Amino acid sequence: MLSLGLIRGLIVGAIGAVIGMALTMAARVALGRPAWSADPVSFVGAISWIVFFLVGIGAFSDWWRWAQGEQAGDPHHPDPNAPQWKRYFSFDPSHKVIGIQYTVTALALMYVAGLLALIMRLELARSGLQFMSPNTYNTIMGLHGIVMIGAILLGVSGMANYLIPLMVGAPDMAFPRLNALSFWITVPGVVLIVLSFFTGGFDTGWTGYPPLGARAPLGILFFYLGVFAIGLSSILGSINFLTTTLKMRAPGMSLFRMPIFVWGMLATSIIQLVATQFIGMSFLMVVLERVLGMGFFDPAKGGDAVLFQHIFWFYSHPAVYIFILPGLGIISELLPVFVRKPLFGYKFVALSSMAIAIIGFLVWAHHMFTVGLGNVLNSTFMFTTVLVAVPTGIKFFNWLATMWEGKISFETPMLFVLGAFVIFLIGGLSGPPNGTVVTDFFLHETYWVVGHFHHTMFGGFVFPFMAAIYFWFPKVTGRMYNERLGKLHFWLMTIGFFMVTTSMFRIGLLGMRRRIADYDPALGFDTFQMIATMGGFLVGLSMLVFLVNIVRSIRAGERAPENPWRSRSLEWQISSPPPEFNYPTPPVVVGGPYDYGVPGSVYVRFGIAGASDADPARTSSDNGKS
Amino acid sequence: MSTATTHTSAVVHPEYDRLALNRFGLWLFFFSESLIFLILLLTRFYLFGTSRPEELNQTLGLAITVILLLSSFTAYRAETAIAHDDRPQFLRNLLATILLGTLFLLGVVLVEWPEAPRLGIVPQEGFGIAFFSMTGMHAFHVLSGVLLLLMVYLNGRRGAYSSDSYWGVEASIKYWHFVDVVWVFFYPALYLL
Repeated sequence: MLSLGLIRGLIVGAIGAVIGMALTMAARVALGRPAWSADPVSFVGAISWIVFFLVGIGAFSDWWRWAQGEQAGDPHHPDPNAPQWKRYFSFDPSHKVIGIQYTVTALALMYVAGLLALIMRLELARSGLQFMSPNTYNTIMGLHGIVMIGAILLGVSGMANYLIPLMVGAPDMAFPRLNALSFWITVPGVVLIVLSFFTGGFDTGWTGYPPLGARAPLGILFFYLGVFAIGLSSILGSINFLTTTLKMRAPGMSLFRMPIFVWGMLATSIIQLVATQFIGMSFLMVVLERVLGMGFFDPAKGGDAVLFQHIFWFYSHPAVYIFILPGLGIISELLPVFVRKPLFGYKFVALSSMAIAIIGFLVWAHHMFTVGLGNVLNSTFMFTTVLVAVPTGIKFFNWLATMWEGKISFETPMLFVLGAFVIFLIGGLSGPPNGTVVTDFFLHETYWVVGHFHHTMFGGFVFPFMAAIYFWFPKVTGRMYNERLGKLHFWLMTIGFFMVTTSMFRIGLLGMRRRIADYDPALGFDTFQMIATMGGFLVGLSMLVFLVNIVRSIRAGERAPENPWRSRSLEWQISSPPPEFNYPTPPVVVGGPYDYGVPGSVYVRFGIAGASDADPARTSSDNGKS
Repeated sequence: MSTATTHTSAVVHPEYDRLALNRFGLWLFFFSESLIFLILLLTRFYLFGTSRPEELNQTLGLAITVILLLSSFTAYRAETAIAHDDRPQFLRNLLATILLGTLFLLGVVLVEWPEAPRLGIVPQEGFGIAFFSMTGMHAFHVLSGVLLLLMVYLNGRRGAYSSDSYWGVEASIKYWHFVDVVWVFFYPALYLL
């Protein structure tokens, strides 16, 4: 048992938490105060839980050796004769192991958060309170939000970890130890967020606005610290992605020969590197207000509550681009494969991700139109907000042009790509009414916003994520998934999803408020709320189909052919699953990545680096098959 | 779900310039870290505009600033010395940097912090919110810098570094300069405006 890093981490972490709490209480007694005060004692306990968990799992052992002046050498790649499953529960530096760790954790969190959504939907199915107190409802709503956000961040990291080194032709990430640390620090973070439910919960929603956040029950402290840990993971991960992408590409892979998903992750990593500090600091400042009484956001002490909203949204708006840009990258990545045509306007698709990332930094105050910033600021932010539609529109036109006259085949990944296309389009079109000041005054805090947000998240992340899982499933496992179950998953999910969001748009326009456990039956929302609840359960059912499919296919799916999608991308030119260091011979990139159906085009040759005209071992080309 | 089954040590994989990767990652880290300080700086101006209490101890502020800037000078000399394999010079300057850094830290935590509340600047309200959060966050970074340099010093005494291998020295000293540059922005924002 103790050979598993996770078990060691849990044991040492628990000991650390107790030590931290005991020391704080001792210090309080020494200063002549009562030993127990929930906030400071839990704060130190939680921090030492994170640190000791990481120590226990072995995250710092190589760095500790360095600090003592020893050479730690190459990151440890474990003994191939030891059982493989143990690697997934230990501190393992391989990007493929970490990618799977991230993805599985993300899926687990999605199930948890989805379950919370179903509980909310049950409560809302009829007017009147069914089985919950308003406070419990508030906590569950906040948890649904933050656990989903965590799931999405982890899912993005999962896809990026598995795919980026493969796609750029590198043996691993630039900093493998840091990469493993980025994953394992999310685990105590997730535990803290779950713990918040059992320590009084929090009634602020996922935004944690002060002054409510400074007064909420103890649970919010764990919520803030959990988000803090996940944010740290995000920052460290972005350093790794940026260095790997910019410094470790295969010979011949210029920036404009990178796969579009890598471009999407490049833009995402820039946002993560710059913006994540802001949510971290905004939450840290509320924690300081709670624990030390520093009145950052308390007007009575010279602070200002609106300051929190500025800092918070400077992360939390760009954060939605962290969620969707990788997903949009997946759409651009998969479309050419399934229509057997070159990606239309490659450079524009690549640069539109960058444009979205940059404009995304200039729009945060559109979440604050009703705060009273004044007409000048409101109209400025209205303008920048609507500007986001331009690069997003470029993507849509290029996707349409890519599909135009293509030979489209409708396997499950393609279905999810097309679903994402439609859903994200509606998400995009329902956005400008929120971003325009005059209409936002009516739509703010209504279910219209909820519907819009879920359209962008499902279209920008959930559907592309599912497409990615089905598409790379043969690469990761060496087996095929069940196509019929995959299609069933798609149709159940799509129908269920539209039942939910169409109802949300409808009742939102009629004035149903967000974040509320109950509504007046006289408003006539009951029917649509019931439809939304049934749709929610349909989405839940589809995720069970997905689970059955994945578990059965891992165990007994048929062996996947070498390149089932006839993809030109680097990762499909090697065995499935890929070898420990990915490429037996260094790949040399000699052409564009998406020239499907272009006669004689070659993307990559395998040979010794610098000798690209030597007899190529294998080449990836379309061979005129289209 | 199994990845990575074949473990061949004879794999040809391209040689990467480890040092260049490390430097790139370190600068990304500095960039990201500088935003923490930017947020605190913006908070200070958002809440208090360009106003500043008259009571702050100007002599002390100037003294610790001079000490910290001097430490950057000795840090630079230490790095240059190890690049030329001059180990005694390297250790001397490194020790001077550590002492100056510790002096700065003591000046902030043991002199300035107890004194400020007596002058009416308390951490809970008014300008004290900005003053204590900014100096606190910066002192926390100085402390970590001192610990890093101390680690480098102990390793250096055991002869761990030479002119062709001193990444540990370079990284810690770059971090030290970074922390100094932050103070170059914080000092005027807190004391001089």
